[in-house]
Amino acid sequence: MSHRPPSRSRFRPGGGIDQSAMEENRALLRAIDRRKILRGGLSLGALTLLTGCDVTRRDSVQSVLRAVSSWNDRAQALLFRPNHLAPTYSPDKVVKPPRFNAYYDVEDVTPVDGDTWKLELAGLIADKRPWTLRQIYELPEQEIIIRHICVEGWDYIGQWSGPNLRRFLERIGADLTARYVAFRCADNYYGSIDMASALHPQTLLATKYAGEPMADPFGFPLRLRTAVKLGFKNPKWITAMEVTNEWRGGYWEDRGFNWFSGI
Amino acid sequence: MTDTIAPSDVPAKARPPLRLHPLALRVMHWTNAVAMIVMILSGWAIYNDEVLFGWLHFPHWMTLGDGPEGALQWHFLAMWVLMANGLAYLVYGLATGRFRRMLLPIRLGEIVAEVRAALAFRLSHDDLTRYNAVQRVLYVAIILIGVLQVLSGLAIWKPVQFSELAVLFYDFQTARLVHFLCMAAIVAFLLVHVALALLVPRTLVAMVTGGPPLPREPAAAPAPAPANPVPMTADPMPTAADAASAGHEAELQPGQSERMQPKPEQSGQSERMEPKAGPPEEMKS
Repeated sequence: MSHRPPSRSRFRPGGGIDQSAMEENRALLRAIDRRKILRGGLSLGALTLLTGCDVTRRDSVQSVLRAVSSWNDRAQALLFRPNHLAPTYSPDKVVKPPRFNAYYDVEDVTPVDGDTWKLELAGLIADKRPWTLRQIYELPEQEIIIRHICVEGWDYIGQWSGPNLRRFLERIGADLTARYVAFRCADNYYGSIDMASALHPQTLLATKYAGEPMADPFGFPLRLRTAVKLGFKNPKWITAMEVTNEWRGGYWEDRGFNWFSGI
Repeated sequence: MTDTIAPSDVPAKARPPLRLHPLALRVMHWTNAVAMIVMILSGWAIYNDEVLFGWLHFPHWMTLGDGPEGALQWHFLAMWVLMANGLAYLVYGLATGRFRRMLLPIRLGEIVAEVRAALAFRLSHDDLTRYNAVQRVLYVAIILIGVLQVLSGLAIWKPVQFSELAVLFYDFQTARLVHFLCMAAIVAFLLVHVALALLVPRTLVAMVTGGPPLPREPAAAPAPAPANPVPMTADPMPTAADAASAGHEAELQPGQSERMQPKPEQSGQSERMEPKAGPPEEMKS
Protein backbone atom coordinates (compact mmCIF):
# COMPACT_ATOMS: atom_id res chain seq x y z
CA MET A 1 0.00 0.00 0.00
CA SER A 2 1.48 3.28 -1.06
CA HIS A 3 1.16 6.41 0.97
CA ARG A 4 -0.23 9.41 -0.77
CA PRO A 5 1.30 12.74 0.16
CA PRO A 6 -0.77 14.54 2.79
CA SER A 7 -3.44 16.57 1.08
CA ARG A 8 -4.11 20.23 1.68
CA SER A 9 -7.62 19.49 2.90
CA ARG A 10 -8.82 21.73 5.71
CA PHE A 11 -10.17 18.64 7.40
CA ARG A 12 -6.81 16.93 7.65
CA PRO A 13 -4.11 17.94 10.13
CA GLY A 14 -1.13 19.61 8.45
CA GLY A 15 1.68 17.92 10.38
CA GLY A 16 1.06 14.32 9.38
CA ILE A 17 -0.17 11.52 11.65
CA ASP A 18 1.03 11.48 15.25
CA GLN A 19 2.69 8.10 15.74
CA SER A 20 3.02 8.29 19.54
CA ALA A 21 -0.32 6.59 20.17
CA MET A 22 0.86 3.66 18.03
CA GLU A 23 4.06 3.39 20.06
CA GLU A 24 2.25 3.49 23.39
CA ASN A 25 -0.24 0.77 22.42
CA ARG A 26 2.07 -1.53 20.50
CA ALA A 27 1.31 -4.44 22.83
CA LEU A 28 -2.42 -4.03 22.39
CA LEU A 29 -2.08 -3.80 18.64
CA ARG A 30 -0.11 -7.03 18.58
CA ALA A 31 -2.82 -8.76 20.57
CA ILE A 32 -5.41 -8.10 17.89
CA ASP A 33 -5.61 -11.32 15.95
CA ARG A 34 -6.39 -10.74 12.32
CA ARG A 35 -7.67 -14.27 11.93
CA LYS A 36 -10.14 -13.69 14.72
CA ILE A 37 -11.45 -10.62 12.95
CA LEU A 38 -11.80 -12.54 9.71
CA ARG A 39 -13.56 -15.41 11.46
CA GLY A 40 -15.84 -13.00 13.29
CA GLY A 41 -16.64 -11.25 10.04
CA LEU A 42 -17.51 -14.56 8.40
CA SER A 43 -19.80 -15.47 11.30
CA LEU A 44 -21.55 -12.12 11.06
CA GLY A 45 -21.91 -12.61 7.30
CA ALA A 46 -23.38 -16.08 7.83
CA LEU A 47 -25.75 -14.68 10.43
CA THR A 48 -27.10 -12.11 7.99
CA LEU A 49 -27.62 -14.89 5.43
CA LEU A 50 -29.56 -16.91 7.99
CA THR A 51 -31.86 -14.06 8.98
CA GLY A 52 -32.29 -12.99 5.40
CA CYS A 53 -31.58 -9.38 6.19
CA ASP A 54 -28.72 -7.15 7.12
CA VAL A 55 -28.72 -6.96 10.91
CA THR A 56 -26.82 -3.71 11.21
CA ARG A 57 -28.77 -2.01 8.46
CA ARG A 58 -32.01 -3.05 10.09
CA ASP A 59 -30.86 -1.51 13.36
CA SER A 60 -29.89 1.74 11.70
CA VAL A 61 -33.25 1.94 9.93
CA GLN A 62 -34.92 1.41 13.32
CA SER A 63 -32.89 4.19 14.90
CA VAL A 64 -33.74 6.58 12.06
CA LEU A 65 -37.44 5.78 12.44
CA ARG A 66 -37.29 6.31 16.21
CA ALA A 67 -35.39 9.58 15.75
CA VAL A 68 -38.03 10.85 13.32
CA SER A 69 -40.73 9.77 15.77
CA SER A 70 -39.21 11.93 18.52
CA TRP A 71 -38.87 14.74 16.01
CA ASN A 72 -42.59 14.28 15.36
CA ASP A 73 -43.18 14.66 19.12
CA ARG A 74 -41.67 18.15 18.94
CA ALA A 75 -43.53 19.00 15.72
CA GLN A 76 -46.84 18.02 17.37
CA ALA A 77 -46.02 20.06 20.47
CA LEU A 78 -45.57 23.07 18.17
CA LEU A 79 -48.88 22.37 16.40
CA PHE A 80 -50.71 22.02 19.72
CA ARG A 81 -53.23 24.80 20.41
CA PRO A 82 -53.57 24.93 24.23
CA ASN A 83 -56.97 26.64 24.28
CA HIS A 84 -58.49 25.13 21.15
CA LEU A 85 -61.41 22.92 22.16
CA ALA A 86 -62.14 19.54 20.62
CA PRO A 87 -65.59 19.11 19.06
CA THR A 88 -68.21 17.97 21.57
CA TYR A 89 -71.40 16.05 20.89
CA SER A 90 -74.94 15.68 22.13
CA PRO A 91 -75.78 12.95 24.70
CA ASP A 92 -77.82 10.93 22.17
CA LYS A 93 -74.61 10.18 20.23
CA VAL A 94 -72.94 8.55 23.23
CA VAL A 95 -72.07 4.87 22.77
CA LYS A 96 -73.01 2.70 25.78
CA PRO A 97 -71.07 0.91 27.03
CA PRO A 98 -67.80 2.34 25.73
CA ARG A 99 -65.49 0.20 23.64
CA PHE A 100 -62.95 -1.80 25.64
CA ASN A 101 -59.27 -1.56 24.88
CA ALA A 102 -56.16 -2.70 26.75
CA TYR A 103 -53.08 -4.77 26.06
CA TYR A 104 -55.04 -7.87 27.08
CA ASP A 105 -58.57 -9.18 26.63
CA VAL A 106 -61.56 -7.93 28.54
CA GLU A 107 -61.91 -11.27 30.40
CA ASP A 108 -58.47 -10.67 31.91
CA VAL A 109 -59.37 -7.36 33.55
CA THR A 110 -58.63 -7.44 37.28
CA PRO A 111 -61.16 -5.22 39.06
CA VAL A 112 -59.79 -2.62 41.48
CA ASP A 113 -61.27 -2.40 44.97
CA GLY A 114 -62.50 1.17 45.36
CA ASP A 115 -62.52 0.98 49.16
CA THR A 116 -58.81 0.29 49.49
CA TRP A 117 -57.72 2.14 46.33
CA LYS A 118 -55.53 5.21 46.74
CA LEU A 119 -54.08 7.69 44.28
CA GLU A 120 -50.40 8.11 45.15
CA LEU A 121 -48.66 11.36 44.20
CA ALA A 122 -44.99 11.83 43.42
CA GLY A 123 -42.49 14.21 41.90
CA LEU A 124 -42.79 17.99 41.67
CA ILE A 125 -45.92 18.24 43.82
CA ALA A 126 -46.17 20.32 47.03
CA ASP A 127 -48.82 18.18 48.74
CA LYS A 128 -48.07 14.52 48.08
CA ARG A 129 -50.66 13.06 50.44
CA PRO A 130 -52.46 10.19 48.72
CA TRP A 131 -56.12 10.58 47.75
CA THR A 132 -58.93 8.17 48.55
CA LEU A 133 -61.81 7.63 46.15
CA ARG A 134 -64.18 9.40 48.54
CA GLN A 135 -61.96 12.49 48.43
CA ILE A 136 -61.83 12.37 44.63
CA TYR A 137 -65.65 12.14 44.45
CA GLU A 138 -65.91 15.29 46.57
CA LEU A 139 -64.06 17.38 43.99
CA PRO A 140 -66.05 19.44 41.49
CA GLU A 141 -66.91 17.42 38.40
CA GLN A 142 -66.65 18.33 34.75
CA GLU A 143 -68.41 16.44 31.98
CA ILE A 144 -67.27 16.17 28.39
CA ILE A 145 -68.80 14.31 25.45
CA ILE A 146 -65.91 13.74 23.09
CA ARG A 147 -64.71 11.41 20.39
CA HIS A 148 -62.35 8.65 21.43
CA ILE A 149 -59.94 7.84 18.60
CA CYS A 150 -57.78 4.74 18.77
CA VAL A 151 -54.42 4.59 17.04
CA GLU A 152 -55.77 1.52 15.23
CA GLY A 153 -58.38 3.63 13.45
CA TRP A 154 -61.67 3.05 15.26
CA ASP A 155 -63.55 5.67 17.21
CA TYR A 156 -66.66 6.27 19.31
CA ILE A 157 -68.27 9.13 21.16
CA GLY A 158 -68.11 8.88 24.95
CA GLN A 159 -69.44 10.89 27.87
CA TRP A 160 -66.93 11.25 30.67
CA SER A 161 -66.96 13.11 33.95
CA GLY A 162 -64.60 13.70 36.83
CA PRO A 163 -62.28 16.37 38.21
CA ASN A 164 -60.52 18.59 35.70
CA LEU A 165 -56.84 17.64 35.71
CA ARG A 166 -55.58 21.21 35.60
CA ARG A 167 -57.60 22.17 38.67
CA PHE A 168 -56.45 19.01 40.43
CA LEU A 169 -52.80 19.78 39.65
CA GLU A 170 -53.27 23.30 40.97
CA ARG A 171 -54.99 21.97 44.07
CA ILE A 172 -52.11 19.64 44.98
CA GLY A 173 -49.51 22.31 44.28
CA ALA A 174 -47.94 20.68 41.26
CA ASP A 175 -45.20 22.45 39.35
CA LEU A 176 -47.14 23.41 36.21
CA THR A 177 -43.90 24.30 34.44
CA ALA A 178 -42.67 20.71 34.63
CA ARG A 179 -42.47 18.81 31.35
CA TYR A 180 -44.49 15.67 31.99
CA VAL A 181 -47.35 14.18 33.97
CA ALA A 182 -46.78 10.44 34.29
CA PHE A 183 -49.17 7.71 35.40
CA ARG A 184 -48.87 4.19 36.80
CA CYS A 185 -51.76 1.77 36.72
CA ALA A 186 -53.06 -1.24 38.65
CA ASP A 187 -52.45 -3.48 35.60
CA ASN A 188 -48.81 -2.35 35.29
CA TYR A 189 -49.70 -0.15 32.35
CA TYR A 190 -47.87 3.16 32.44
CA GLY A 191 -47.77 6.34 30.40
CA SER A 192 -46.93 10.00 30.36
CA ILE A 193 -48.23 13.13 28.65
CA ASP A 194 -46.82 16.60 28.06
CA MET A 195 -47.79 19.30 30.55
CA ALA A 196 -49.55 21.42 27.90
CA SER A 197 -51.97 18.57 27.15
CA ALA A 198 -52.41 17.90 30.89
CA LEU A 199 -53.48 21.52 31.35
CA HIS A 200 -55.92 21.48 28.40
CA PRO A 201 -59.48 22.38 29.49
CA GLN A 202 -60.77 19.02 28.18
CA THR A 203 -58.42 16.81 30.18
CA LEU A 204 -60.08 14.99 33.08
CA LEU A 205 -59.40 12.44 35.75
CA ALA A 206 -62.57 10.57 34.84
CA THR A 207 -64.59 8.62 37.40
CA LYS A 208 -67.90 8.28 35.55
CA TYR A 209 -69.18 7.28 32.15
CA ALA A 210 -72.56 8.48 30.88
CA GLY A 211 -73.37 9.76 34.37
CA GLU A 212 -72.80 6.40 36.05
CA PRO A 213 -69.75 5.21 38.01
CA MET A 214 -67.27 3.82 35.50
CA ALA A 215 -67.44 0.03 35.05
CA ASP A 216 -64.38 -2.12 35.76
CA PRO A 217 -63.25 -2.73 32.15
CA PHE A 218 -63.07 0.98 31.43
CA GLY A 219 -60.78 2.02 34.26
CA PHE A 220 -62.65 2.05 37.57
CA PRO A 221 -62.04 3.89 39.80
CA LEU A 222 -59.93 6.51 38.01
CA ARG A 223 -58.67 7.00 34.49
CA LEU A 224 -57.34 9.80 32.37
CA ARG A 225 -59.60 11.12 29.64
CA THR A 226 -58.23 13.84 27.41
CA ALA A 227 -59.79 15.12 24.20
CA VAL A 228 -56.40 15.95 22.70
CA LYS A 229 -54.73 12.51 22.62
CA LEU A 230 -55.24 9.11 21.02
CA GLY A 231 -56.94 6.46 23.14
CA PHE A 232 -53.83 4.69 24.41
CA LYS A 233 -52.61 7.97 25.94
CA ASN A 234 -55.47 7.70 28.47
CA PRO A 235 -54.31 5.29 31.19
CA LYS A 236 -57.00 3.38 33.09
CA TRP A 237 -57.03 2.07 36.68
CA ILE A 238 -54.57 4.82 37.66
CA THR A 239 -52.85 4.23 41.01
CA ALA A 240 -50.09 6.86 40.93
CA MET A 241 -49.45 10.19 39.31
CA GLU A 242 -46.09 11.94 39.05
CA VAL A 243 -45.19 15.43 37.89
CA THR A 244 -41.67 15.32 36.53
CA ASN A 245 -39.07 16.61 34.12
CA GLU A 246 -37.73 13.08 33.64
CA TRP A 247 -38.68 11.04 30.58
CA ARG A 248 -41.14 8.31 31.59
CA GLY A 249 -42.21 7.00 28.17
CA GLY A 250 -45.17 4.65 28.16
CA TYR A 251 -46.24 1.05 27.62
CA TRP A 252 -47.03 1.34 23.89
CA GLU A 253 -44.59 4.17 23.32
CA ASP A 254 -41.70 2.01 24.48
CA ARG A 255 -42.85 -0.53 21.87
CA GLY A 256 -42.55 1.96 19.02
CA PHE A 257 -45.77 3.96 19.02
CA ASN A 258 -45.37 7.71 18.84
CA TRP A 259 -45.16 9.28 22.30
CA PHE A 260 -46.96 12.60 21.76
CA SER A 261 -49.82 11.02 19.78
CA GLY A 262 -51.87 14.19 19.90
CA ILE A 263 -55.01 14.48 17.81
CA MET B 1 -35.12 28.18 -11.46
CA THR B 2 -33.77 27.00 -14.72
CA ASP B 3 -36.87 27.47 -16.75
CA THR B 4 -37.86 31.04 -16.08
CA ILE B 5 -37.69 33.19 -19.11
CA ALA B 6 -34.22 34.55 -19.53
CA PRO B 7 -33.85 38.22 -20.31
CA SER B 8 -33.55 38.64 -24.04
CA ASP B 9 -30.17 40.26 -23.74
CA VAL B 10 -28.53 37.12 -22.34
CA PRO B 11 -26.51 35.44 -25.11
CA ALA B 12 -28.31 32.29 -26.06
CA LYS B 13 -25.19 30.28 -26.76
CA ALA B 14 -23.71 30.98 -23.34
CA ARG B 15 -25.87 28.33 -21.67
CA PRO B 16 -26.69 24.72 -22.49
CA PRO B 17 -30.13 24.10 -23.99
CA LEU B 18 -33.01 23.49 -21.61
CA ARG B 19 -34.00 19.88 -21.28
CA LEU B 20 -37.52 18.53 -21.45
CA HIS B 21 -37.37 17.67 -17.74
CA PRO B 22 -35.26 20.19 -15.80
CA LEU B 23 -33.16 18.74 -13.00
CA ALA B 24 -35.38 20.23 -10.28
CA LEU B 25 -38.40 18.52 -11.78
CA ARG B 26 -36.65 15.17 -12.07
CA VAL B 27 -35.53 15.34 -8.43
CA MET B 28 -39.10 16.15 -7.34
CA HIS B 29 -40.54 13.37 -9.50
CA TRP B 30 -38.36 10.64 -8.04
CA THR B 31 -38.57 11.99 -4.50
CA ASN B 32 -42.32 11.85 -4.86
CA ALA B 33 -42.15 8.34 -6.29
CA VAL B 34 -40.20 7.01 -3.29
CA ALA B 35 -42.22 8.92 -0.69
CA MET B 36 -45.53 7.93 -2.27
CA ILE B 37 -44.63 4.24 -2.37
CA VAL B 38 -43.56 4.35 1.29
CA MET B 39 -46.84 6.08 2.16
CA ILE B 40 -48.91 3.53 0.24
CA LEU B 41 -47.21 0.41 1.61
CA SER B 42 -47.13 1.65 5.21
CA GLY B 43 -50.70 2.94 4.82
CA TRP B 44 -51.85 -0.56 3.90
CA ALA B 45 -50.37 -1.92 7.13
CA ILE B 46 -52.09 0.84 9.13
CA TYR B 47 -55.37 0.07 7.33
CA ASN B 48 -55.04 -3.63 8.20
CA ASP B 49 -55.10 -2.78 11.91
CA GLU B 50 -58.71 -1.55 11.58
CA VAL B 51 -60.15 -2.31 8.16
CA LEU B 52 -62.84 -0.22 6.49
CA PHE B 53 -64.07 -3.16 4.42
CA GLY B 54 -64.33 -6.61 5.96
CA TRP B 55 -63.41 -8.27 2.68
CA LEU B 56 -60.23 -6.30 2.19
CA HIS B 57 -57.00 -7.02 4.03
CA PHE B 58 -53.67 -6.29 2.41
CA PRO B 59 -51.28 -9.27 2.48
CA HIS B 60 -48.47 -8.80 4.95
CA TRP B 61 -45.77 -9.11 2.29
CA MET B 62 -47.25 -6.11 0.46
CA THR B 63 -46.96 -3.85 3.49
CA LEU B 64 -44.13 -1.85 5.00
CA GLY B 65 -43.26 -1.79 8.69
CA ASP B 66 -43.26 -4.39 11.43
CA GLY B 67 -46.78 -4.16 12.79
CA PRO B 68 -48.81 -0.97 13.05
CA GLU B 69 -46.20 0.82 15.17
CA GLY B 70 -43.51 0.38 12.52
CA ALA B 71 -45.90 1.23 9.71
CA LEU B 72 -46.95 4.42 11.51
CA GLN B 73 -43.29 5.37 11.94
CA TRP B 74 -42.73 4.97 8.20
CA HIS B 75 -45.95 6.83 7.39
CA PHE B 76 -45.06 9.77 9.64
CA LEU B 77 -41.53 9.91 8.24
CA ALA B 78 -42.51 9.84 4.57
CA MET B 79 -45.37 12.30 5.08
CA TRP B 80 -42.92 15.15 5.68
CA VAL B 81 -40.98 14.25 2.54
CA LEU B 82 -44.19 13.95 0.55
CA MET B 83 -45.67 17.23 1.81
CA ALA B 84 -42.48 19.28 1.43
CA ASN B 85 -41.83 17.85 -2.01
CA GLY B 86 -45.45 18.26 -3.08
CA LEU B 87 -45.49 21.85 -1.89
CA ALA B 88 -42.26 22.56 -3.80
CA TYR B 89 -43.82 20.98 -6.90
CA LEU B 90 -46.97 23.11 -6.65
CA VAL B 91 -44.95 26.30 -6.12
CA TYR B 92 -42.68 25.34 -9.02
CA GLY B 93 -45.58 24.54 -11.33
CA LEU B 94 -47.44 27.74 -10.51
CA ALA B 95 -44.44 30.09 -10.35
CA THR B 96 -42.94 28.96 -13.65
CA GLY B 97 -46.30 28.89 -15.42
CA ARG B 98 -45.78 25.24 -16.18
CA PHE B 99 -49.18 24.09 -14.94
CA ARG B 100 -50.98 26.63 -17.10
CA ARG B 101 -48.78 25.86 -20.08
CA MET B 102 -48.85 22.09 -19.83
CA LEU B 103 -52.21 21.33 -18.27
CA LEU B 104 -54.54 23.98 -19.68
CA PRO B 105 -56.83 24.40 -21.45
CA ILE B 106 -58.86 21.26 -21.00
CA ARG B 107 -61.53 21.01 -23.69
CA LEU B 108 -64.24 18.40 -23.64
CA GLY B 109 -64.22 18.00 -27.43
CA GLU B 110 -60.53 17.15 -27.44
CA ILE B 111 -60.95 14.66 -24.63
CA VAL B 112 -63.73 12.84 -26.50
CA ALA B 113 -61.73 12.83 -29.73
CA GLU B 114 -58.63 11.50 -28.02
CA VAL B 115 -60.39 8.84 -26.02
CA ARG B 116 -61.85 7.65 -29.33
CA ALA B 117 -58.44 7.74 -30.95
CA ALA B 118 -56.91 5.85 -28.06
CA LEU B 119 -59.58 3.16 -28.27
CA ALA B 120 -58.81 2.84 -31.97
CA PHE B 121 -55.06 2.70 -31.20
CA ARG B 122 -54.55 5.84 -33.23
CA LEU B 123 -53.24 8.03 -30.41
CA SER B 124 -50.14 9.77 -31.60
CA HIS B 125 -47.27 10.42 -29.25
CA ASP B 126 -44.54 11.80 -31.45
CA ASP B 127 -43.94 14.91 -29.42
CA LEU B 128 -42.86 14.32 -25.84
CA THR B 129 -43.10 18.00 -25.00
CA ARG B 130 -46.89 18.24 -25.29
CA TYR B 131 -49.62 16.60 -23.32
CA ASN B 132 -52.71 15.40 -25.10
CA ALA B 133 -56.10 16.24 -23.62
CA VAL B 134 -56.45 12.91 -21.80
CA GLN B 135 -53.08 13.38 -20.17
CA ARG B 136 -54.00 16.90 -19.13
CA VAL B 137 -57.16 15.68 -17.45
CA LEU B 138 -55.35 12.84 -15.70
CA TYR B 139 -52.47 14.98 -14.50
CA VAL B 140 -54.76 17.73 -13.21
CA ALA B 141 -56.89 15.07 -11.52
CA ILE B 142 -53.95 13.34 -9.84
CA ILE B 143 -52.58 16.65 -8.57
CA LEU B 144 -55.98 17.50 -7.06
CA ILE B 145 -56.33 14.00 -5.63
CA GLY B 146 -52.86 14.35 -4.12
CA VAL B 147 -53.92 17.59 -2.44
CA LEU B 148 -57.12 15.94 -1.19
CA GLN B 149 -55.09 12.99 0.07
CA VAL B 150 -52.84 15.28 2.13
CA LEU B 151 -55.84 17.21 3.49
CA SER B 152 -57.74 14.05 4.48
CA GLY B 153 -54.54 12.70 6.02
CA LEU B 154 -54.16 15.86 8.11
CA ALA B 155 -57.81 15.54 9.16
CA ILE B 156 -57.15 11.98 10.38
CA TRP B 157 -53.85 12.87 12.04
CA LYS B 158 -55.11 16.00 13.85
CA PRO B 159 -58.92 15.96 14.01
CA VAL B 160 -58.81 18.25 17.06
CA GLN B 161 -55.96 20.64 16.25
CA PHE B 162 -57.23 20.92 12.66
CA SER B 163 -60.91 20.57 13.58
CA GLU B 164 -61.84 23.30 11.09
CA LEU B 165 -60.38 21.13 8.33
CA ALA B 166 -61.63 17.83 9.76
CA VAL B 167 -65.25 18.98 9.75
CA LEU B 168 -65.06 19.26 5.94
CA PHE B 169 -64.71 15.46 5.89
CA TYR B 170 -67.84 15.05 8.06
CA ASP B 171 -66.43 12.75 10.74
CA PHE B 172 -63.42 10.59 11.50
CA GLN B 173 -64.47 7.46 9.62
CA THR B 174 -65.55 9.39 6.52
CA ALA B 175 -62.17 11.13 6.54
CA ARG B 176 -60.57 7.68 6.64
CA LEU B 177 -62.79 6.62 3.74
CA VAL B 178 -61.76 9.66 1.67
CA HIS B 179 -58.13 8.93 2.52
CA PHE B 180 -58.61 5.33 1.40
CA LEU B 181 -60.39 6.23 -1.86
CA CYS B 182 -57.71 8.80 -2.76
CA MET B 183 -55.11 6.09 -2.11
CA ALA B 184 -57.00 3.76 -4.45
CA ALA B 185 -57.08 6.46 -7.15
CA ILE B 186 -53.37 7.15 -6.71
CA VAL B 187 -52.54 3.44 -6.93
CA ALA B 188 -54.67 3.12 -10.09
CA PHE B 189 -52.90 6.13 -11.60
CA LEU B 190 -49.53 4.70 -10.59
CA LEU B 191 -50.24 1.36 -12.31
CA VAL B 192 -51.33 3.02 -15.57
CA HIS B 193 -48.52 5.57 -15.37
CA VAL B 194 -45.82 2.93 -14.93
CA ALA B 195 -47.35 0.58 -17.52
CA LEU B 196 -47.45 3.30 -20.17
CA ALA B 197 -43.96 4.50 -19.30
CA LEU B 198 -42.70 0.96 -19.81
CA LEU B 199 -44.52 0.75 -23.15
CA VAL B 200 -42.68 3.87 -24.31
CA PRO B 201 -39.38 3.42 -22.47
CA ARG B 202 -37.84 6.63 -23.75
CA THR B 203 -40.18 8.54 -21.47
CA LEU B 204 -38.64 6.70 -18.55
CA VAL B 205 -35.12 7.49 -19.78
CA ALA B 206 -36.11 11.12 -20.21
CA MET B 207 -37.22 11.35 -16.58
CA VAL B 208 -33.73 10.17 -15.58
CA THR B 209 -31.50 12.03 -18.04
CA GLY B 210 -33.65 15.08 -18.68
CA GLY B 211 -34.77 14.14 -22.16
CA PRO B 212 -34.16 15.98 -25.43
CA PRO B 213 -33.37 19.67 -25.67
CA LEU B 214 -36.44 21.77 -26.07
CA PRO B 215 -37.45 23.18 -29.41
CA ARG B 216 -37.01 26.89 -29.81
CA GLU B 217 -39.79 29.44 -29.86
CA PRO B 218 -40.19 30.96 -33.31
CA ALA B 219 -39.55 34.65 -33.79
CA ALA B 220 -43.22 35.51 -33.87
CA ALA B 221 -46.17 33.50 -32.70
CA PRO B 222 -48.93 33.39 -35.29
CA ALA B 223 -51.81 33.90 -32.90
CA PRO B 224 -52.18 35.30 -29.39
CA ALA B 225 -53.75 32.10 -28.03
CA PRO B 226 -52.09 29.04 -29.52
CA ALA B 227 -51.89 27.20 -26.23
CA ASN B 228 -53.48 24.13 -27.70
CA PRO B 229 -54.90 24.93 -31.10
CA VAL B 230 -54.74 21.44 -32.61
CA PRO B 231 -55.60 18.19 -30.90
CA MET B 232 -52.71 15.84 -30.47
CA THR B 233 -54.34 13.15 -32.54
CA ALA B 234 -54.64 15.35 -35.56
CA ASP B 235 -51.13 16.63 -35.34
CA PRO B 236 -48.40 14.00 -35.49
CA MET B 237 -45.91 16.66 -36.57
CA PRO B 238 -46.69 19.70 -34.50
CA THR B 239 -45.79 23.10 -35.73
CA ALA B 240 -43.14 25.11 -34.01
CA ALA B 241 -45.84 27.17 -32.38
CA ASP B 242 -47.43 24.06 -30.99
CA ALA B 243 -44.18 22.81 -29.62
CA ALA B 244 -43.46 26.15 -28.04
CA SER B 245 -46.87 26.38 -26.47
CA ALA B 246 -46.46 22.95 -24.99
CA GLY B 247 -43.79 24.06 -22.61
CA HIS B 248 -40.50 22.44 -21.92
CA GLU B 249 -40.99 20.31 -18.87
CA ALA B 250 -43.28 17.48 -18.04
CA GLU B 251 -44.05 14.71 -15.69
CA LEU B 252 -43.33 11.27 -16.95
CA GLN B 253 -45.43 11.03 -20.06
CA PRO B 254 -46.67 7.59 -20.84
CA GLY B 255 -48.18 7.47 -24.23
CA GLN B 256 -45.77 9.86 -25.86
CA SER B 257 -42.38 9.32 -27.32
CA GLU B 258 -39.82 11.98 -27.37
CA ARG B 259 -38.69 13.71 -30.48
CA MET B 260 -35.00 12.97 -30.43
CA GLN B 261 -33.94 15.18 -33.30
CA PRO B 262 -34.73 18.81 -32.84
CA LYS B 263 -34.37 20.95 -35.90
CA PRO B 264 -30.76 22.00 -36.37
CA GLU B 265 -31.46 25.67 -35.89
CA GLN B 266 -33.12 24.82 -32.59
CA SER B 267 -30.21 23.14 -30.95
CA GLY B 268 -27.95 25.24 -28.85
CA GLN B 269 -30.70 27.62 -27.90
CA SER B 270 -31.00 28.15 -24.22
CA GLU B 271 -34.09 30.28 -24.37
CA ARG B 272 -37.27 28.56 -25.09
CA MET B 273 -39.21 31.67 -25.80
CA GLU B 274 -38.65 35.34 -26.25
CA PRO B 275 -40.80 37.39 -23.89
CA LYS B 276 -42.36 39.27 -26.77
CA ALA B 277 -42.97 36.11 -28.79
CA GLY B 278 -44.87 33.97 -26.31
CA PRO B 279 -48.63 34.06 -26.10
CA PRO B 280 -49.92 35.94 -23.07
CA GLU B 281 -50.92 32.88 -21.06
CA GLU B 282 -47.42 31.56 -21.23
CA MET B 283 -45.89 34.60 -19.68
CA LYS B 284 -44.75 34.20 -16.16
CA SER B 285 -43.03 36.22 -13.60
